[in-house]
Amino acid sequence: MNETSSSPLLSLRNLTIALPKGADRAYAVEDVSYDVKRGEILCVVGESGSGKSMAANAIMGLLPKGVRPVGGEALFDGQDLLTLTEKQHRQLRGLRIGMIFQEPMTALNPLMRVGAQISEVFEAHGMLSGRERQEKALALLIEVGIPQPEKAIRAYPFQLSGGQRQRVMIAMALALEPELLIADEPTTALDVTTQAQILELTLDLQRRRGMAVMFITHDFGVVAEIANRVCVMRHGKIVELGDARPVLDNPQHDYTRALIEAIPSDVIPEARGAETDTPLLEVDSLNKVFRSRGGLFKPAREVHALRDVSFSLVKGETIGIVGESGSGKSTLGRCVVRLEHPDSGTMKLSGTDFMNLKGEALRRERHRVQMIFQDPYASLNPRHRVGYAIAQGPLANGVPRAKAMAQADALLELVGLGGTADRFPHEFSGGQRQRIGIARALALEPELIVADEAVSALDVSIQAQILELLEELKQKLSLSLLFITHDLRVAAQICDRIIVMQHGRIVEQGPARDVFLAPREAYTRQLLEAIPGRPEALETA
Amino acid sequence: MSFFARFAQNRGALIGLIILVTIILMAISAPLFYPESPWRMVQRPFLPPLEVDGFPLGTDTMGRNVAAGLMHGAWVSLLIGLVSTLVALMIGVPLGAVAGYYGGLIDDALMRFTEFFQTIPNFALAIVLVAIMQPSVTSIVVAIALVSWPPVARLVRAEFMSLRHREYVEAARLVGQSNRTIILRQILPNTLSPIIVLASLMVATAILLESSLSFLGLGDPNVMSWGYMIGAARTVIRQAWWLSFFPGLAILLTVLALNLVGEGLDDALNPKLSRERS
Amino acid sequence: MLYARLIVMRLLKAVVVLFLIVIFNFFLIHMAPGDPAAVLAGEAGATDEQFLRQLREQFGLDQPIYVQLWRYVSGIAMLDFGYSYRQQMPVFDLIMARMPATLLLTGTAFVLSLALGILAGSLAAARAKKPSGSLIMALALLFYATPLFWVALMAVVLFSVYLDWLPAYGMYTVGAGYTGLALALDVGKHLILPATTLALFFMAIYTRMTRTSMLEASQQDYVKTARAKGLSPRIIQRRHILRNALLPIITLAGLQAGQMVGGAILTETVFAWPGIGRLMYEALMQRDYNLLLGIFFFSAALVIVFNILTDLVYRLADPRIKEAS
Repeated sequence: MNETSSSPLLSLRNLTIALPKGADRAYAVEDVSYDVKRGEILCVVGESGSGKSMAANAIMGLLPKGVRPVGGEALFDGQDLLTLTEKQHRQLRGLRIGMIFQEPMTALNPLMRVGAQISEVFEAHGMLSGRERQEKALALLIEVGIPQPEKAIRAYPFQLSGGQRQRVMIAMALALEPELLIADEPTTALDVTTQAQILELTLDLQRRRGMAVMFITHDFGVVAEIANRVCVMRHGKIVELGDARPVLDNPQHDYTRALIEAIPSDVIPEARGAETDTPLLEVDSLNKVFRSRGGLFKPAREVHALRDVSFSLVKGETIGIVGESGSGKSTLGRCVVRLEHPDSGTMKLSGTDFMNLKGEALRRERHRVQMIFQDPYASLNPRHRVGYAIAQGPLANGVPRAKAMAQADALLELVGLGGTADRFPHEFSGGQRQRIGIARALALEPELIVADEAVSALDVSIQAQILELLEELKQKLSLSLLFITHDLRVAAQICDRIIVMQHGRIVEQGPARDVFLAPREAYTRQLLEAIPGRPEALETA
Repeated sequence: MSFFARFAQNRGALIGLIILVTIILMAISAPLFYPESPWRMVQRPFLPPLEVDGFPLGTDTMGRNVAAGLMHGAWVSLLIGLVSTLVALMIGVPLGAVAGYYGGLIDDALMRFTEFFQTIPNFALAIVLVAIMQPSVTSIVVAIALVSWPPVARLVRAEFMSLRHREYVEAARLVGQSNRTIILRQILPNTLSPIIVLASLMVATAILLESSLSFLGLGDPNVMSWGYMIGAARTVIRQAWWLSFFPGLAILLTVLALNLVGEGLDDALNPKLSRERS
Repeated sequence: MLYARLIVMRLLKAVVVLFLIVIFNFFLIHMAPGDPAAVLAGEAGATDEQFLRQLREQFGLDQPIYVQLWRYVSGIAMLDFGYSYRQQMPVFDLIMARMPATLLLTGTAFVLSLALGILAGSLAAARAKKPSGSLIMALALLFYATPLFWVALMAVVLFSVYLDWLPAYGMYTVGAGYTGLALALDVGKHLILPATTLALFFMAIYTRMTRTSMLEASQQDYVKTARAKGLSPRIIQRRHILRNALLPIITLAGLQAGQMVGGAILTETVFAWPGIGRLMYEALMQRDYNLLLGIFFFSAALVIVFNILTDLVYRLADPRIKEAS
């Protein structure tokens, strides 16, 4: 690693940024001070709403409307960035400070070719001729490792994948060899394997060019992977600041400790023995192809979501279905609850056919398998009170209103939200809404619950709470659980067995311990290695 | 913030509401102020405004009281505007809901249908319909409704298509709610806001359509409407410009008011966090 | 290129739509109160017994309905849209004679409304919080709410009667015998009032849409990226915001085609502009339903051609749309 020079490149001193009236707190960041030294990587870690991105915006002069700095200074190489005019900011942007953002999907102009967008950086600072800019753009694309750079340079953003788009963003940010790179959650929206690649690229480029990097993230695993120093933020204030290794090994503050602990560690609990040997769910050779209708001149497209998927689940067991986007895991879950219909194969519940039931017969059996959804903000009808939302299932199945509502009250109590049946969804937080979703899934007294990425949209600390709740309910109500997730760590935490899927096929399945600690297949190993920070914290119980 | 408070925040909407209420009052009180039929010839023709008591807006080519015509005409315009919009909604909302929710063939058929209507000049179609069916309040209402329902169907279809994949709708399917219940109780309440906003704008458009038809002579011959008054005065525009001016002003104010109220409803029903108002 | 395929497909669709309109017209004739022969003949022709007999024979009005339909449709396919008794000309010739005037009027109004609308909308977006921005939007709303025929009449009163700046009626000065450049200028002078009046309503629509579209585009992530590169606001406005904001406007322009043709009917009527809109008004007065339906057909055809053009322009502007990858 490059030597760090003694004076910091970027120095935030007592920075305070005010939010507009009506926001949930007065300051986005309050009295925040930290440095970024030349050639080092600082990770700013926090959950959503911690204010971690605001300082970055202030440095670039890109604060949103109504948000303004009201105290402190942001010194870049001796100059206070907060006092600069817009014109002065423009001179720095791209040239001495580069920035990349979170959403590669929307961060590129959809109507401009990628090469042109990179060339623009040179144009903005009046450098090089047209032809030279193109050449440099190509060189940059090669440097960031984009496949087929000559083709990519003429491509439009929609023709590239998320990972490729992020590489383009990095190319743009580094074009003029800035001294400081600010990366605002650049890997959050990417697949685990792509994420690993981008992190590696970042490390590589940083090493080669000796840049300082301010890497904003919510994932402590990333900290373990790349950080020299780390700054932990919460509710706009700094909670802990120091060198990465000491903080990870020995966190001083309770919150930091909670964050680190909330990450599903590699401690894998003993596999619980299943209650009986009789299978509750038997899935055999499931196949599903999605076809988009072609027009007169458009070819019909086929997506093989499920290929020959077979597994069985025993009563009382928790099975984790793990895969990246496009693996078919969600389709599998939806087939199990009969929201999708497989093209072929069989599905049995306690020995009787479940797949071909229709009409009244389906209605009678349906209650045995229920689902918890991913997005807490879309899984509840905003116009219905939560008590009614939970009671809808029983009501639709003929239970008298009073009884159904009483049941709903009891369920809310069970998930820790007693007495709130009269409120509307918008009055609850994301984690609370997920609890309501769980209560709703329990309303019909199912035997099997399918959790479709049920904790993926939640902050790490809330995730832990929900997983704990699920575990508790499982024991209390002797439920079986089919847990769909992209996060292998989470799966290893609560599942007895793990099924790994890729491109619609089952790649590997077995007890959680085996899959996690001694994977047989190359893809599984790839997934495991891609988890940020993993090599650092390997433990077994 | 309550609905009314949000609505009142938009000053334009308030102004629009006041104007609208005034016009409605005008329509309702017409028989009070001018109990006789506005068709009656009551004074000498071509009387300029403010010359004779009781004729603040003068008289027209046949000696009819312009002010009376204006007030009675308000009733006609509002009625036709409202009824034709309601009929268009009654056609468009169910069609759009069914097409958006079920997809497949029904949706294809509906899309072809609305595409077809989109390529036909609406006004020309209305003219043809009214002309062939012979002008009357009924034929005008039917013609306007037939011409106005496609945008409603399209909006409702789009809303249903996006909402039917929402997780709370899937949850409802999971627990066994019937399609009908899902459409009526899960999805429809969440589409009411854009429908209401669209409806207010449709009433404005309907009034413009009706007055344009009347202007061309396709109005109900028994009914004195603002469009008719402008059309009748066209040939004498040099001598008596006010005969065209006041009814037109009335139309302008009504349509403007409806648009302002519509925008206010939009703001009040769909509060956005960062709103850039003009 | 793929555009050839696209045009062919659109034309096929157009033929289907026009065919449906023909059928629609046919049924309208038979749904009208009274004798279909009298409907086809029009008020003037209905008095002429011989003409009526001719029509009955030509359209087979005593034959079963499918025969009639066949005769009607095949007639249209051969460009026989019937005969206008009052005007003593075949309908087709009548319409074709007037079409250029309508094309001139609507074409000019379209370009005018789009150019000025986008300009005004961009200004309003740039000055979103300032009074000048609000003024533009208030004016836009005003023009949007104003009845077209009324504003046309008021324009005649103001500019022609009162100020005597511009001619009020017709396409050219009758009897002046202008040719060449002088004729073009004369027509141009007559064009100003009608084209501007027709454009006013649509200008308002484009102004409002452009402003919304630009404000929305400026909130997008790629604008933040552009700023992070250090680009000047001017370049960002032009290359990133405007380009993306124009896409929905092109779509909107296509949708407005139908409205504009309808508006032309009113405009031509007030300004006595010799196009098919005015012809429609005359047909109404004369109760010449056959002519009326013929004009309806061609106005739809006009809208279809227009839609194809805007669709092509949109595809040129947005690289994401492709028929086949």
